[in-house]
Amino acid sequence: MLRRKRWLFAILAILPTLALFAWLRMFPIYETLRLSLHKWDILSKNKPFIGLANFQELMSDRLFHEALLNTSIIAFGVLIITIPTAMVLAALIHYRTRSRVSGFYETAIFLPHVVSLVPAAMAWKWIFDARLGPLNAVLTFLGFEPQAWLFDPTLSVISVIVLCSWQALGYAVLIYLVGFKSLPVSLFEAAKLDGASGPQSFWFLSMPMLKPITLYVSVVTLVSGFNVYAQAFVLASDAQGAPGRQVRVLVLDMLENSFRNYRVGYAASEAVVLLLIVLVLTLIQFSLLRERGRA
Amino acid sequence: MSSNRSTQSGRSRRLRKMFVDRGIDLVLLVFSLLMLLPLVFLVSNGFKTPQEMLAWPPTIIPANPTIDNFAAVLQDTPLLRWIFNSILFAVLSTIAILATSSIAGYILAKFRYRSLNVIFALVLATAIVPFEVYMIPLYFQAQSLGILNSIWGLLLGYLVMSFGIFLIRQNVIHSIPDELLEAARIDGAGELWIFFRIVLPLLRGALGALGVLAFFQAWTAFAWPMIVATNREAYTIEVGLALFQTGFTVDLGRLSAASALVLIPSITLFVILRRNFVQGVASTGLKE
Repeated sequence: MLRRKRWLFAILAILPTLALFAWLRMFPIYETLRLSLHKWDILSKNKPFIGLANFQELMSDRLFHEALLNTSIIAFGVLIITIPTAMVLAALIHYRTRSRVSGFYETAIFLPHVVSLVPAAMAWKWIFDARLGPLNAVLTFLGFEPQAWLFDPTLSVISVIVLCSWQALGYAVLIYLVGFKSLPVSLFEAAKLDGASGPQSFWFLSMPMLKPITLYVSVVTLVSGFNVYAQAFVLASDAQGAPGRQVRVLVLDMLENSFRNYRVGYAASEAVVLLLIVLVLTLIQFSLLRERGRA
Repeated sequence: MSSNRSTQSGRSRRLRKMFVDRGIDLVLLVFSLLMLLPLVFLVSNGFKTPQEMLAWPPTIIPANPTIDNFAAVLQDTPLLRWIFNSILFAVLSTIAILATSSIAGYILAKFRYRSLNVIFALVLATAIVPFEVYMIPLYFQAQSLGILNSIWGLLLGYLVMSFGIFLIRQNVIHSIPDELLEAARIDGAGELWIFFRIVLPLLRGALGALGVLAFFQAWTAFAWPMIVATNREAYTIEVGLALFQTGFTVDLGRLSAASALVLIPSITLFVILRRNFVQGVASTGLKE
Protein backbone atom coordinates (compact mmCIF):
# COMPACT_ATOMS: atom_id res chain seq x y z
CA MET A 1 0.00 0.00 0.00
CA LEU A 2 2.68 2.50 1.10
CA ARG A 3 5.00 1.25 -1.61
CA ARG A 4 2.30 1.71 -4.19
CA LYS A 5 1.68 5.25 -3.01
CA ARG A 6 5.35 6.11 -3.34
CA TRP A 7 5.44 4.68 -6.82
CA LEU A 8 2.42 6.77 -7.77
CA PHE A 9 4.08 9.90 -6.40
CA ALA A 10 7.26 9.23 -8.36
CA ILE A 11 5.37 8.72 -11.62
CA LEU A 12 3.12 11.73 -11.13
CA ALA A 13 6.04 13.97 -10.19
CA ILE A 14 8.16 13.01 -13.15
CA LEU A 15 5.33 12.98 -15.66
CA PRO A 16 5.33 16.72 -16.57
CA THR A 17 9.08 16.73 -17.22
CA LEU A 18 8.85 13.49 -19.13
CA ALA A 19 6.01 14.88 -21.23
CA LEU A 20 8.08 17.98 -22.05
CA PHE A 21 10.99 15.76 -22.99
CA ALA A 22 8.87 13.60 -25.24
CA TRP A 23 7.27 16.63 -26.86
CA LEU A 24 10.29 18.93 -27.23
CA ARG A 25 13.19 16.51 -27.64
CA MET A 26 12.25 12.97 -28.59
CA PHE A 27 9.48 13.81 -31.05
CA PRO A 28 11.50 16.42 -32.99
CA ILE A 29 14.47 14.04 -33.14
CA TYR A 30 12.19 11.35 -34.51
CA GLU A 31 10.73 13.89 -36.97
CA THR A 32 14.22 14.77 -38.22
CA LEU A 33 14.91 11.12 -38.92
CA ARG A 34 11.53 10.64 -40.59
CA LEU A 35 11.66 13.81 -42.71
CA SER A 36 15.11 12.92 -43.98
CA LEU A 37 13.50 10.03 -45.87
CA HIS A 38 10.75 12.19 -47.34
CA LYS A 39 10.52 14.87 -49.94
CA TRP A 40 8.82 17.82 -48.35
CA ASP A 41 8.86 21.31 -49.78
CA ILE A 42 7.00 23.53 -47.32
CA LEU A 43 4.63 24.76 -50.02
CA SER A 44 3.43 21.34 -51.17
CA LYS A 45 0.81 19.46 -49.20
CA ASN A 46 1.98 15.86 -49.61
CA LYS A 47 5.29 14.47 -48.42
CA PRO A 48 6.13 11.42 -50.52
CA PHE A 49 8.49 8.84 -49.07
CA ILE A 50 11.63 8.80 -51.20
CA GLY A 51 13.95 6.49 -49.26
CA LEU A 52 17.57 7.55 -49.28
CA ALA A 53 17.22 9.87 -52.28
CA ASN A 54 17.98 12.93 -50.14
CA PHE A 55 21.24 11.40 -49.00
CA GLN A 56 22.12 10.41 -52.54
CA GLU A 57 21.61 13.99 -53.61
CA LEU A 58 23.79 15.22 -50.73
CA MET A 59 26.65 13.11 -52.10
CA SER A 60 26.79 15.23 -55.23
CA ASP A 61 25.75 18.56 -53.74
CA ARG A 62 28.63 20.99 -54.22
CA LEU A 63 27.40 23.43 -51.57
CA PHE A 64 26.97 20.65 -49.02
CA HIS A 65 30.50 19.41 -49.73
CA GLU A 66 31.83 22.91 -49.21
CA ALA A 67 29.89 23.20 -45.94
CA LEU A 68 31.06 19.82 -44.68
CA LEU A 69 34.67 20.57 -45.56
CA ASN A 70 34.62 24.05 -43.97
CA THR A 71 32.92 22.76 -40.84
CA SER A 72 35.39 19.90 -40.44
CA ILE A 73 38.37 22.23 -40.94
CA ILE A 74 36.94 24.62 -38.36
CA ALA A 75 36.18 21.87 -35.84
CA PHE A 76 39.62 20.25 -36.10
CA GLY A 77 41.37 23.61 -36.34
CA VAL A 78 39.80 24.73 -33.07
CA LEU A 79 40.72 21.38 -31.53
CA ILE A 80 44.38 21.62 -32.55
CA ILE A 81 44.72 25.15 -31.21
CA THR A 82 42.64 24.77 -28.07
CA ILE A 83 43.70 21.49 -26.47
CA PRO A 84 47.49 21.95 -26.21
CA THR A 85 47.14 25.63 -25.27
CA ALA A 86 44.53 24.85 -22.62
CA MET A 87 46.62 22.06 -21.16
CA VAL A 88 49.73 24.21 -20.77
CA LEU A 89 47.78 27.18 -19.44
CA ALA A 90 45.95 25.01 -16.91
CA ALA A 91 49.27 23.50 -15.79
CA LEU A 92 50.75 26.97 -15.30
CA ILE A 93 47.67 28.30 -13.48
CA HIS A 94 47.60 25.19 -11.32
CA TYR A 95 51.27 25.70 -10.50
CA ARG A 96 50.54 29.28 -9.44
CA THR A 97 47.28 28.36 -7.77
CA ARG A 98 48.30 29.77 -4.40
CA SER A 99 49.28 33.15 -5.83
CA ARG A 100 46.83 35.99 -5.31
CA VAL A 101 46.36 36.65 -9.02
CA SER A 102 45.41 33.12 -10.07
CA GLY A 103 41.72 34.08 -9.82
CA PHE A 104 42.36 36.87 -12.29
CA TYR A 105 43.99 34.49 -14.79
CA GLU A 106 41.07 32.11 -14.57
CA THR A 107 38.49 34.86 -14.98
CA ALA A 108 40.30 36.55 -17.87
CA ILE A 109 40.72 33.34 -19.82
CA PHE A 110 37.20 32.15 -19.06
CA LEU A 111 35.40 35.41 -19.81
CA PRO A 112 35.34 35.02 -23.63
CA HIS A 113 33.49 31.74 -23.14
CA VAL A 114 30.53 33.39 -21.41
CA VAL A 115 30.13 36.81 -23.00
CA SER A 116 27.42 37.13 -25.61
CA LEU A 117 28.53 35.66 -28.86
CA VAL A 118 27.55 38.38 -31.28
CA PRO A 119 29.16 41.34 -29.49
CA ALA A 120 32.34 39.31 -29.04
CA ALA A 121 32.33 38.41 -32.72
CA MET A 122 31.90 42.11 -33.47
CA ALA A 123 35.15 42.86 -31.65
CA TRP A 124 36.96 40.33 -33.83
CA LYS A 125 35.32 41.66 -36.94
CA TRP A 126 36.99 44.98 -36.20
CA ILE A 127 40.32 43.29 -35.50
CA PHE A 128 40.17 41.42 -38.81
CA ASP A 129 38.85 44.40 -40.78
CA ALA A 130 40.99 44.87 -43.88
CA ARG A 131 41.13 48.68 -43.78
CA LEU A 132 40.59 49.65 -40.15
CA GLY A 133 41.65 46.55 -38.31
CA PRO A 134 44.60 46.47 -35.95
CA LEU A 135 45.69 43.07 -37.23
CA ASN A 136 46.56 44.40 -40.67
CA ALA A 137 48.13 47.46 -39.08
CA VAL A 138 50.40 45.23 -37.04
CA LEU A 139 51.22 43.14 -40.11
CA THR A 140 52.12 46.26 -42.09
CA PHE A 141 54.22 47.50 -39.21
CA LEU A 142 56.15 44.22 -39.19
CA GLY A 143 56.70 44.49 -42.93
CA PHE A 144 54.10 41.95 -44.10
CA GLU A 145 51.41 42.43 -46.70
CA PRO A 146 47.99 43.37 -45.28
CA GLN A 147 45.42 40.63 -45.93
CA ALA A 148 41.72 40.59 -46.77
CA TRP A 149 40.99 38.42 -43.73
CA LEU A 150 37.23 38.21 -44.03
CA PHE A 151 37.09 38.05 -47.80
CA ASP A 152 39.71 35.53 -48.85
CA PRO A 153 38.26 31.98 -48.91
CA THR A 154 41.08 30.46 -46.82
CA LEU A 155 41.68 33.39 -44.50
CA SER A 156 37.99 33.76 -43.64
CA VAL A 157 37.93 30.15 -42.44
CA ILE A 158 41.07 30.84 -40.40
CA SER A 159 39.37 33.91 -38.91
CA VAL A 160 36.43 31.79 -37.80
CA ILE A 161 38.85 29.27 -36.25
CA VAL A 162 40.62 32.03 -34.32
CA LEU A 163 37.33 33.42 -32.99
CA CYS A 164 36.03 29.97 -32.02
CA SER A 165 39.30 29.02 -30.31
CA TRP A 166 39.29 32.28 -28.34
CA GLN A 167 35.86 31.30 -27.05
CA ALA A 168 36.50 27.58 -26.52
CA LEU A 169 39.77 28.00 -24.64
CA GLY A 170 38.26 29.10 -21.32
CA TYR A 171 36.05 26.05 -21.05
CA ALA A 172 38.94 23.66 -21.79
CA VAL A 173 41.21 25.39 -19.26
CA LEU A 174 38.53 25.16 -16.61
CA ILE A 175 37.97 21.44 -17.13
CA TYR A 176 41.73 20.81 -17.14
CA LEU A 177 42.06 22.74 -13.88
CA VAL A 178 39.52 20.43 -12.30
CA GLY A 179 41.61 17.55 -13.64
CA PHE A 180 44.89 18.91 -12.27
CA LYS A 181 43.32 19.39 -8.86
CA SER A 182 42.26 15.74 -8.79
CA LEU A 183 45.77 14.38 -9.48
CA PRO A 184 47.47 12.78 -6.43
CA VAL A 185 49.93 15.27 -4.89
CA SER A 186 52.11 12.51 -3.42
CA LEU A 187 53.03 11.24 -6.87
CA PHE A 188 54.40 14.62 -7.90
CA GLU A 189 56.32 14.94 -4.66
CA ALA A 190 57.90 11.53 -5.25
CA ALA A 191 58.83 12.56 -8.78
CA LYS A 192 60.37 15.76 -7.45
CA LEU A 193 62.46 13.81 -4.93
CA ASP A 194 63.69 11.64 -7.79
CA GLY A 195 64.86 14.81 -9.49
CA ALA A 196 62.13 15.31 -12.09
CA SER A 197 61.83 18.88 -13.33
CA GLY A 198 58.49 20.66 -13.68
CA PRO A 199 58.23 20.16 -17.45
CA GLN A 200 59.26 16.52 -17.00
CA SER A 201 56.49 15.75 -14.54
CA PHE A 202 54.05 17.61 -16.78
CA TRP A 203 55.06 15.50 -19.79
CA PHE A 204 55.48 12.10 -18.12
CA LEU A 205 52.94 12.29 -15.27
CA SER A 206 50.20 14.89 -15.82
CA MET A 207 49.68 14.35 -19.51
CA PRO A 208 49.17 10.56 -19.40
CA MET A 209 47.04 10.81 -16.28
CA LEU A 210 44.83 13.49 -17.77
CA LYS A 211 44.10 11.45 -20.88
CA PRO A 212 40.42 10.85 -20.04
CA ILE A 213 39.97 14.60 -19.57
CA THR A 214 41.77 15.33 -22.82
CA LEU A 215 39.47 12.87 -24.53
CA TYR A 216 36.37 14.46 -23.01
CA VAL A 217 37.39 18.05 -23.79
CA SER A 218 38.39 17.05 -27.33
CA VAL A 219 35.01 15.51 -28.06
CA VAL A 220 33.12 18.47 -26.56
CA THR A 221 35.26 20.89 -28.58
CA LEU A 222 34.79 18.91 -31.79
CA VAL A 223 31.03 18.57 -31.32
CA SER A 224 30.57 22.27 -30.69
CA GLY A 225 32.88 22.93 -33.62
CA PHE A 226 30.64 20.92 -35.92
CA ASN A 227 27.67 22.99 -34.72
CA VAL A 228 29.37 26.31 -35.48
CA TYR A 229 26.98 28.88 -36.92
CA ALA A 230 26.77 32.24 -35.17
CA GLN A 231 30.51 32.92 -35.44
CA ALA A 232 30.53 32.28 -39.17
CA PHE A 233 27.32 34.26 -39.63
CA VAL A 234 28.58 37.39 -37.89
CA LEU A 235 32.19 37.40 -39.08
CA ALA A 236 31.37 36.83 -42.68
CA SER A 237 28.14 38.67 -43.27
CA ASP A 238 28.25 41.99 -45.09
CA ALA A 239 28.75 45.05 -43.00
CA GLN A 240 29.21 48.73 -43.69
CA GLY A 241 28.72 48.11 -47.37
CA ALA A 242 31.82 45.92 -47.50
CA PRO A 243 30.88 42.48 -48.72
CA GLY A 244 32.14 39.69 -46.52
CA ARG A 245 32.56 36.24 -47.85
CA GLN A 246 30.04 33.79 -46.51
CA VAL A 247 31.82 30.91 -44.79
CA ARG A 248 29.42 28.09 -45.56
CA VAL A 249 29.04 25.79 -42.55
CA LEU A 250 26.70 22.82 -42.04
CA VAL A 251 24.10 24.55 -39.89
CA LEU A 252 23.98 27.51 -42.24
CA ASP A 253 23.55 25.27 -45.29
CA MET A 254 20.83 23.37 -43.46
CA LEU A 255 18.89 26.49 -42.51
CA GLU A 256 19.25 27.86 -46.00
CA ASN A 257 17.87 24.69 -47.56
CA SER A 258 15.00 24.68 -45.13
CA PHE A 259 13.96 28.32 -44.99
CA ARG A 260 15.26 29.83 -48.20
CA ASN A 261 14.86 26.92 -50.60
CA TYR A 262 11.89 25.43 -48.73
CA ARG A 263 13.38 21.94 -48.89
CA VAL A 264 12.72 20.70 -45.37
CA GLY A 265 13.21 16.98 -46.06
CA TYR A 266 16.55 17.69 -47.68
CA ALA A 267 17.62 19.89 -44.75
CA ALA A 268 16.60 17.10 -42.37
CA SER A 269 18.93 14.71 -44.17
CA GLU A 270 21.76 17.18 -43.53
CA ALA A 271 20.78 17.23 -39.87
CA VAL A 272 21.01 13.44 -39.85
CA VAL A 273 24.55 13.66 -41.24
CA LEU A 274 25.42 16.09 -38.43
CA LEU A 275 23.89 13.68 -35.93
CA LEU A 276 25.91 10.78 -37.33
CA ILE A 277 29.14 12.77 -37.01
CA VAL A 278 28.35 13.58 -33.38
CA LEU A 279 27.40 9.98 -32.63
CA VAL A 280 30.62 8.64 -34.13
CA LEU A 281 32.69 11.11 -32.08
CA THR A 282 30.85 10.15 -28.90
CA LEU A 283 31.25 6.43 -29.60
CA ILE A 284 34.97 6.88 -30.19
CA GLN A 285 35.20 8.65 -26.84
CA PHE A 286 33.37 5.89 -24.98
CA SER A 287 35.27 3.05 -26.62
CA LEU A 288 38.64 4.70 -25.91
CA LEU A 289 37.62 5.22 -22.29
CA ARG A 290 36.55 1.61 -21.94
CA GLU A 291 39.78 0.38 -23.51
CA ARG A 292 41.65 2.41 -20.91
CA GLY A 293 39.57 0.96 -18.14
CA ARG A 294 40.49 -2.55 -19.22
CA ALA A 295 44.21 -1.88 -19.60
CA MET B 1 81.51 24.23 5.88
CA SER B 2 79.19 21.69 4.49
CA SER B 3 76.18 23.29 6.19
CA ASN B 4 77.32 26.56 4.72
CA ARG B 5 77.32 25.06 1.24
CA SER B 6 73.89 23.52 1.69
CA THR B 7 72.31 26.84 2.74
CA GLN B 8 73.98 28.40 -0.25
CA SER B 9 72.53 25.84 -2.62
CA GLY B 10 69.20 26.20 -0.78
CA ARG B 11 69.33 29.92 -1.41
CA SER B 12 70.15 29.48 -5.08
CA ARG B 13 67.33 26.99 -5.39
CA ARG B 14 64.93 29.43 -3.79
CA LEU B 15 66.22 32.16 -6.07
CA ARG B 16 65.66 29.95 -9.08
CA LYS B 17 62.14 29.08 -7.95
CA MET B 18 61.39 32.77 -7.59
CA PHE B 19 62.58 33.46 -11.14
CA VAL B 20 60.49 30.58 -12.49
CA ASP B 21 57.43 31.81 -10.59
CA ARG B 22 57.84 35.36 -11.89
CA GLY B 23 58.37 34.04 -15.41
CA ILE B 24 55.21 31.98 -15.28
CA ASP B 25 53.30 34.91 -13.83
CA LEU B 26 54.51 37.06 -16.71
CA VAL B 27 53.39 34.52 -19.33
CA LEU B 28 49.98 34.12 -17.72
CA LEU B 29 49.53 37.84 -17.28
CA VAL B 30 50.35 38.61 -20.92
CA PHE B 31 48.08 35.81 -22.08
CA SER B 32 45.19 36.94 -19.85
CA LEU B 33 45.49 40.50 -21.09
CA LEU B 34 45.56 39.33 -24.71
CA MET B 35 42.37 37.34 -24.10
CA LEU B 36 40.68 40.43 -22.67
CA LEU B 37 42.02 42.87 -25.24
CA PRO B 38 39.29 42.37 -27.90
CA LEU B 39 36.59 43.07 -25.31
CA VAL B 40 38.43 46.08 -23.91
CA PHE B 41 38.81 47.55 -27.39
CA LEU B 42 35.17 46.90 -28.16
CA VAL B 43 33.99 48.87 -25.15
CA SER B 44 36.47 51.65 -25.77
CA ASN B 45 35.54 51.87 -29.47
CA GLY B 46 31.98 52.51 -28.40
CA PHE B 47 33.08 55.79 -26.81
CA LYS B 48 35.19 57.00 -29.74
CA THR B 49 34.48 59.68 -32.30
CA PRO B 50 34.62 58.55 -35.96
CA GLN B 51 37.99 60.32 -36.36
CA GLU B 52 39.55 58.62 -33.40
CA MET B 53 38.26 55.27 -34.63
CA LEU B 54 40.67 55.54 -37.57
CA ALA B 55 43.65 56.54 -35.47
CA TRP B 56 46.69 54.31 -35.35
CA PRO B 57 47.71 52.91 -32.92
CA PRO B 58 44.21 52.41 -31.51
CA THR B 59 43.76 54.12 -28.16
CA ILE B 60 42.49 52.13 -25.20
CA ILE B 61 41.18 55.13 -23.34
CA PRO B 62 39.45 57.44 -25.83
CA ALA B 63 40.94 60.95 -25.98
CA ASN B 64 37.54 62.66 -26.37
CA PRO B 65 35.02 60.17 -25.04
CA THR B 66 31.57 60.68 -26.50
CA ILE B 67 28.23 59.03 -25.93
CA ASP B 68 26.96 59.97 -29.39
CA ASN B 69 27.29 56.36 -30.54
CA PHE B 70 25.11 55.12 -27.69
CA ALA B 71 22.50 57.80 -28.31
CA ALA B 72 22.46 57.00 -32.03
CA VAL B 73 22.12 53.28 -31.48
CA LEU B 74 19.28 53.70 -29.02
CA GLN B 75 17.53 55.85 -31.57
CA ASP B 76 18.14 53.56 -34.54
CA THR B 77 17.17 50.29 -32.92
CA PRO B 78 14.80 49.01 -30.26
CA LEU B 79 17.91 47.90 -28.37
CA LEU B 80 16.31 48.18 -24.94
CA ARG B 81 13.39 46.11 -26.17
CA TRP B 82 15.82 43.42 -27.39
CA ILE B 83 17.64 43.42 -24.07
CA PHE B 84 14.30 43.13 -22.29
CA ASN B 85 13.32 40.18 -24.54
CA SER B 86 16.62 38.46 -23.82
CA ILE B 87 16.34 38.93 -20.07
CA LEU B 88 12.74 37.72 -19.97
CA PHE B 89 13.60 34.72 -22.14
CA ALA B 90 16.64 33.83 -20.03
CA VAL B 91 14.83 34.23 -16.70
CA LEU B 92 11.80 32.16 -17.73
CA SER B 93 14.01 29.49 -19.26
CA THR B 94 16.08 29.33 -16.07
CA ILE B 95 12.95 28.93 -13.94
CA ALA B 96 11.61 26.17 -16.18
CA ILE B 97 14.91 24.30 -16.25
CA LEU B 98 15.37 24.57 -12.48
CA ALA B 99 11.85 23.29 -11.85
CA THR B 100 11.97 20.37 -14.25
CA SER B 101 15.56 19.39 -13.38
CA SER B 102 15.12 19.47 -9.61
CA ILE B 103 12.01 17.33 -9.48
CA ALA B 104 13.11 14.88 -12.18
CA GLY B 105 16.66 14.66 -10.85
CA TYR B 106 15.40 13.93 -7.35
CA ILE B 107 12.95 11.25 -8.48
CA LEU B 108 15.52 9.57 -10.70
CA ALA B 109 18.05 9.54 -7.86
CA LYS B 110 15.92 8.31 -4.98
CA PHE B 111 13.09 6.20 -6.39
CA ARG B 112 14.39 2.96 -7.81
CA TYR B 113 11.93 1.45 -10.26
CA ARG B 114 12.81 -0.18 -13.52
CA SER B 115 10.53 2.16 -15.49
CA LEU B 116 12.48 5.13 -14.15
CA ASN B 117 15.77 3.66 -15.35
CA VAL B 118 14.36 3.56 -18.86
CA ILE B 119 13.35 7.20 -18.55
CA PHE B 120 16.81 8.16 -17.36
CA ALA B 121 18.43 6.33 -20.27
CA LEU B 122 16.16 8.22 -22.69
CA VAL B 123 17.06 11.56 -21.11
CA LEU B 124 20.76 10.76 -21.37
CA ALA B 125 20.37 9.66 -24.98
CA THR B 126 18.76 12.94 -26.02
CA ALA B 127 21.59 14.81 -24.32
CA ILE B 128 24.00 13.59 -26.99
CA VAL B 129 21.92 14.98 -29.84
CA PRO B 130 22.83 18.62 -30.59
CA PHE B 131 19.98 21.12 -30.62
CA GLU B 132 20.80 22.05 -34.22
CA VAL B 133 19.83 18.53 -35.35
CA TYR B 134 16.16 18.79 -34.38
CA MET B 135 15.49 22.52 -34.37
CA ILE B 136 13.76 22.52 -37.75
CA PRO B 137 10.96 20.10 -36.72
CA LEU B 138 10.74 22.00 -33.43
CA TYR B 139 10.24 25.17 -35.46
CA PHE B 140 7.23 23.64 -37.18
CA GLN B 141 5.82 22.67 -33.79
CA ALA B 142 6.12 26.28 -32.68
CA GLN B 143 4.53 27.39 -35.93
CA SER B 144 1.52 25.10 -35.53
CA LEU B 145 1.04 26.46 -32.01
CA GLY B 146 1.08 29.96 -33.45
CA ILE B 147 3.81 31.15 -31.08
CA LEU B 148 6.48 32.23 -33.56
CA ASN B 149 7.75 35.75 -32.85
CA SER B 150 6.84 35.52 -29.20
CA ILE B 151 8.60 34.83 -25.95
CA TRP B 152 6.74 31.49 -25.77
CA GLY B 153 8.17 30.46 -29.10
CA LEU B 154 11.67 31.23 -27.85
CA LEU B 155 11.00 29.32 -24.64
CA LEU B 156 9.79 26.21 -26.43
CA GLY B 157 13.35 25.20 -27.22
CA TYR B 158 14.67 25.97 -23.75
CA LEU B 159 12.23 24.47 -21.23
CA VAL B 160 14.24 21.38 -20.36
CA MET B 161 17.92 20.52 -20.15
CA SER B 162 19.16 16.92 -20.04
CA PHE B 163 22.36 17.96 -18.34
CA GLY B 164 20.38 19.73 -15.61
CA ILE B 165 18.54 16.53 -14.70
CA PHE B 166 21.83 14.66 -14.71
CA LEU B 167 23.54 17.26 -12.50
CA ILE B 168 20.76 17.30 -9.90
CA ARG B 169 20.57 13.51 -9.89
CA GLN B 170 24.31 13.26 -9.15
CA ASN B 171 23.99 15.85 -6.40
CA VAL B 172 21.07 14.12 -4.72
CA ILE B 173 22.90 10.79 -4.79
CA HIS B 174 26.04 12.28 -3.26
CA SER B 175 24.63 14.73 -0.76
CA ILE B 176 21.26 13.44 0.48
CA PRO B 177 21.38 10.20 2.48
CA ASP B 178 18.45 7.78 2.22
CA GLU B 179 18.25 7.64 6.02
CA LEU B 180 17.30 11.31 6.18
CA LEU B 181 14.34 10.79 3.87
CA GLU B 182 13.30 7.58 5.62
CA ALA B 183 13.37 9.31 9.00
CA ALA B 184 11.09 12.03 7.66
CA ARG B 185 8.70 9.39 6.26
CA ILE B 186 8.57 7.59 9.59
CA ASP B 187 7.69 10.90 11.24
CA GLY B 188 4.75 11.02 8.86
CA ALA B 189 6.00 13.61 6.37
CA GLY B 190 4.35 13.56 2.95
CA GLU B 191 6.41 13.15 -0.22
CA LEU B 192 5.77 16.71 -1.37
CA TRP B 193 6.72 18.10 2.03
CA ILE B 194 9.95 16.10 1.91
CA PHE B 195 10.79 17.45 -1.55
CA PHE B 196 10.12 21.09 -0.74
CA ARG B 197 11.35 21.20 2.85
CA ILE B 198 14.27 18.78 2.89
CA VAL B 199 15.51 18.11 -0.64
CA LEU B 200 15.31 21.57 -2.21
CA PRO B 201 17.13 23.40 0.61
CA LEU B 202 19.94 20.84 0.48
CA LEU B 203 20.28 21.36 -3.28
CA ARG B 204 20.74 25.12 -3.04
CA GLY B 205 24.37 25.04 -4.25
CA ALA B 206 23.71 22.76 -7.20
CA LEU B 207 20.60 24.70 -8.20
CA GLY B 208 22.58 27.94 -8.07
CA ALA B 209 25.21 26.55 -10.41
CA LEU B 210 22.59 25.10 -12.76
CA GLY B 211 20.61 28.34 -12.71
CA VAL B 212 23.58 30.42 -13.80
CA LEU B 213 24.39 27.89 -16.50
CA ALA B 214 20.81 27.91 -17.78
CA PHE B 215 20.63 31.70 -17.74
CA PHE B 216 23.79 32.14 -19.80
CA GLN B 217 22.73 29.37 -22.17
CA ALA B 218 19.54 31.24 -23.04
CA TRP B 219 21.21 34.65 -22.96
CA THR B 220 23.72 33.58 -25.61
CA ALA B 221 21.36 31.41 -27.69
CA PHE B 222 21.59 32.23 -31.36
CA ALA B 223 20.36 29.74 -33.96
CA TRP B 224 16.96 29.08 -32.36
CA PRO B 225 16.02 32.74 -31.70
CA MET B 226 17.26 33.49 -35.21
CA ILE B 227 14.66 31.24 -36.85
CA VAL B 228 11.83 31.78 -34.36
CA ALA B 229 11.99 35.57 -34.16
CA THR B 230 11.66 37.17 -37.57
CA ASN B 231 9.89 40.28 -36.39
CA ARG B 232 12.07 43.20 -35.28
CA GLU B 233 10.14 43.62 -32.05
CA ALA B 234 10.60 39.96 -31.09
CA TYR B 235 14.39 39.74 -31.59
CA THR B 236 16.63 38.83 -28.72
CA ILE B 237 19.70 40.98 -28.31
CA GLU B 238 21.95 38.46 -30.07
CA VAL B 239 19.73 38.26 -33.14
CA GLY B 240 19.04 41.98 -33.14
CA LEU B 241 22.74 42.85 -33.11
CA ALA B 242 23.66 40.21 -35.68
CA LEU B 243 21.11 41.57 -38.13
CA PHE B 244 21.71 45.23 -37.24
CA GLN B 245 25.37 44.89 -38.20
CA THR B 246 24.46 43.81 -41.73
CA GLY B 247 22.87 47.20 -42.40
CA PHE B 248 24.61 49.42 -44.94
CA THR B 249 24.50 52.63 -42.97
CA VAL B 250 25.90 51.19 -39.79
CA ASP B 251 29.34 52.34 -38.69
CA LEU B 252 31.77 50.64 -36.40
CA GLY B 253 31.35 53.16 -33.59
CA ARG B 254 27.64 52.51 -33.25
CA LEU B 255 28.13 48.76 -33.54
CA SER B 256 30.70 48.84 -30.77
CA ALA B 257 28.45 50.99 -28.62
CA ALA B 258 25.58 48.56 -29.03
CA SER B 259 27.86 45.62 -28.28
CA ALA B 260 29.28 47.35 -25.22
CA LEU B 261 25.76 47.97 -23.92
CA VAL B 262 25.18 44.22 -24.06
CA LEU B 263 28.59 43.16 -22.78
CA ILE B 264 28.83 45.34 -19.71
CA PRO B 265 25.80 43.88 -17.90
CA SER B 266 26.68 40.29 -18.80
CA ILE B 267 30.30 40.69 -17.71
CA THR B 268 29.16 42.27 -14.44
CA LEU B 269 26.72 39.44 -13.85
CA PHE B 270 29.42 36.90 -14.61
CA VAL B 271 31.92 38.43 -12.22
CA ILE B 272 29.30 38.47 -9.45
CA LEU B 273 28.21 34.87 -10.09
CA ARG B 274 31.67 33.57 -11.00
CA ARG B 275 31.79 30.96 -8.22
CA ASN B 276 28.41 29.45 -9.15
CA PHE B 277 29.26 29.51 -12.80
CA VAL B 278 32.65 27.90 -12.50
CA GLN B 279 31.17 25.21 -10.30
CA GLY B 280 28.42 24.52 -12.84
CA VAL B 281 30.70 24.38 -15.85
CA ALA B 282 33.30 22.34 -14.02
CA SER B 283 30.66 19.78 -13.16
CA THR B 284 29.92 19.31 -16.88
CA GLY B 285 33.35 17.72 -17.10
CA LEU B 286 32.63 15.15 -14.43
CA LYS B 287 30.15 13.14 -16.42
CA GLU B 288 32.06 9.90 -16.13
